[in-house]
Amino acid sequence: MLKINNLHAAIDGKEILKGLDLEVADGEVHAIMGPNGSGKSTLAQVLAGRDTFTVTDGGVDWDGADLLALPAEERARAGLFLAFQYPVEIPGVSNAYFLKAAVNAVRRHRGLSEYDAMDFLAKVKAEMKAVGMKEEFLYRSVNEGFSGGEKKRNEVLQMALLEPRLAVLDETDSGLDIDALKIVAEGVNRLRSPERSMIVITHYQRLLDYIVPDKVHVLSQGRIVRSGGRELALELEEHGYGWIGAAQADDTGKGMSGGAGRVAQTGGAGASAGARS
Amino acid sequence: MSAVDFWLGRHRDLAANLPGAELPWLARLRETAIDRFADEGWPTMRRENWRHTSLAFMAQQALAVREAAATEAIVADLRARYRTVQGPENEVACAADGHWLVFVDGRLAPALSSIGSLPSGVRVGSLADALAQTPEAVEAAFGRAEEGEAPEALNAALAADGAWIRLARGSLVDEPIHLVFIAARTADQHLRNLVVAEAGAQATIVEHYPAGAAGSTLTTAVTRIHAAQDSHLGHLKLQQEAPEAIHLAALSAEQARGAVFASHSLSFGARLARNDIRTRLAGEGAEALLNGLYHADGRRHVDHHTRIDHARPQGTSREFYRGLLDGSARGVFTGRILVAQDAQRTDAMQRCDNLLLSRLAEADARPELEIYADDVKCAHGATVGQLDEDALFYLRSRGIDSAHARQLLTYAFAAEVLERIAHAPLRALGRAALLERLPGGARLEELS
Ligand SMILES: Nc1ncnc2c1ncn2[C@@H]1O[C@H](COP(=O)(O)OP(=O)(O)OP(=O)(O)O)[C@@H](O)[C@H]1O
Ligand SMILES: [Mg+2]
Repeated sequence: MLKINNLHAAIDGKEILKGLDLEVADGEVHAIMGPNGSGKSTLAQVLAGRDTFTVTDGGVDWDGADLLALPAEERARAGLFLAFQYPVEIPGVSNAYFLKAAVNAVRRHRGLSEYDAMDFLAKVKAEMKAVGMKEEFLYRSVNEGFSGGEKKRNEVLQMALLEPRLAVLDETDSGLDIDALKIVAEGVNRLRSPERSMIVITHYQRLLDYIVPDKVHVLSQGRIVRSGGRELALELEEHGYGWIGAAQADDTGKGMSGGAGRVAQTGGAGASAGARS
Repeated sequence: MSAVDFWLGRHRDLAANLPGAELPWLARLRETAIDRFADEGWPTMRRENWRHTSLAFMAQQALAVREAAATEAIVADLRARYRTVQGPENEVACAADGHWLVFVDGRLAPALSSIGSLPSGVRVGSLADALAQTPEAVEAAFGRAEEGEAPEALNAALAADGAWIRLARGSLVDEPIHLVFIAARTADQHLRNLVVAEAGAQATIVEHYPAGAAGSTLTTAVTRIHAAQDSHLGHLKLQQEAPEAIHLAALSAEQARGAVFASHSLSFGARLARNDIRTRLAGEGAEALLNGLYHADGRRHVDHHTRIDHARPQGTSREFYRGLLDGSARGVFTGRILVAQDAQRTDAMQRCDNLLLSRLAEADARPELEIYADDVKCAHGATVGQLDEDALFYLRSRGIDSAHARQLLTYAFAAEVLERIAHAPLRALGRAALLERLPGGARLEELS
């Protein structure tokens, strides 16, 4: 059971989440919709442990534990999974190594034996088949040069391998063609179980035809402003956000993680940095 | 003390007994060189090419060996490693063990060397022997006292030995020629390696500087390469000297028409390491690759000063350096590219990227371009940055702990340099040396 209570979070002194409340019981699937810039990804990242955001008030209780007290890696090991809206490219690290390191870190924590190379390969190949990824993606660098849809499939692959207890999917449907959407939805549905809960962030009610949610919430200006059943998504699709008093497209841009190079760049003609210079 | 006077005295004591002392040209050259060193002294930051690296401390530096090195063990270890990296995945038969010349304290150690069988017309031996046997050939390749920086003059005055490699026209040496230099008992060693490749010859030469004696030691090493028309030469330097060592080296190549030269400099050891790397594309259509990786931590200092001289048309040069700086270490890179008026249709590209792994680490990367031709492609870029926070968070969000995530990203950043080493076992050797330097390296071994 996840209980988010009066959550306030800020970045660079700017408050983004402004008193957010949400409860997700075990086995439930909740959808979160809301205008661009309303704070959906911020919520997802705060839950996953991104420390560029400062939690200024409120808290998150996960099965009786203080989620916010754990570093990101421990949340992941305890079974939290975030499918990123913008998956990060990691040149030089093969997807295979990355996936194996992640799966074994999580298995170690859960007291399971680590996979050896053969077992892991068999497991990962089966899961890749299920999400429609060719084997070559194992040997490419993590997300590097992947198309938008390929990156999203890679997120679903990771989710399937890590078998989380709580999965947060941040616009995993964006940028997917209709076939891919079905594959991704199947991947999610396969994981649905009474112990597992999910938060599905989306702009499109279409996804909810495939992943049928127990509840739908509208997030606007850092708070949940409306909650309801499936039908709420249909109403939003038809009428937009204005009618529920949510700010209409306070579109401040999709600025979560765009354009991040591996190394911050300084200077063109020469570069120099350090305390002594 | 290592003040200039000390070295003048050393030269006076040694000169008459150095190999080739009886050769008038060499005696004169050594004389001129020591005079030049006396005149210039240890470089300080006031000198043009030493903006970020001063050797002024050398005047007060006492050189002394605290604990001698176990040379047999070092050589055995190195050769065992080389055998390990030649696994079947590297497509080299285990029997192919390469050619090994081992120098201890600046002199060839025949008992530790094994040259193996070489194609006809290929000579791999010691400079001291070559001075006795073919002094004219050595004279043509030796270099001049005026060349390079002051430490090179000191080297010219004092070097007693080094490798002498001569590759006859069209000869091809399949296996790398390994040169191993160990500071074992003496506090200083001075090596001069001369490589003469005739037209169309092909070979790969590796200079190993493993950790030798403990204590403050000085190595000066000068390697000169003459690459005749259409020759293909690869050079890998693996500098892993002991933590208190001072390593001053120069590599200079001269490339004739169509000659292809690749230099890979992996600098992981020593308290202070300076590498001057120069190549001159003296004939049309020559190609040069200067590739390098340096890692320094603690209070160590590493400086690469490179220079590519495009003297004739249609030359291509590629230069890629990456640096990892930890602790309060400092990394310096200077990339000078000269394109002469005559060097039309030159294609030059240079990059230097540095990763600062701690708040106190420091890096300077400086391209210096001088272009006198008008039809040239010349691109350059330099960066100094930290590990990508987005990538770190992504890894951690998958359960990978933050130390492992940092190691992984650090390794991935550095490994790109290694990918350019064409010879698979040498690439693997470089990788092993890198992993040894990085904390948590053992965990990353299966990464490749
Ligand atoms: N690193 C940052 N620095 C400054 N502002 C930020 C940062 N990250 C997010 N914001 C701001 O926080 C607000 C909420 O962003 P968030 O990414 O959570 O929105 P979202 O609801 O996910 O939007 P979208 O539907 O476009 O994905 C936006 O105004 C955004 O500009
Ligand atoms: Mg978002």
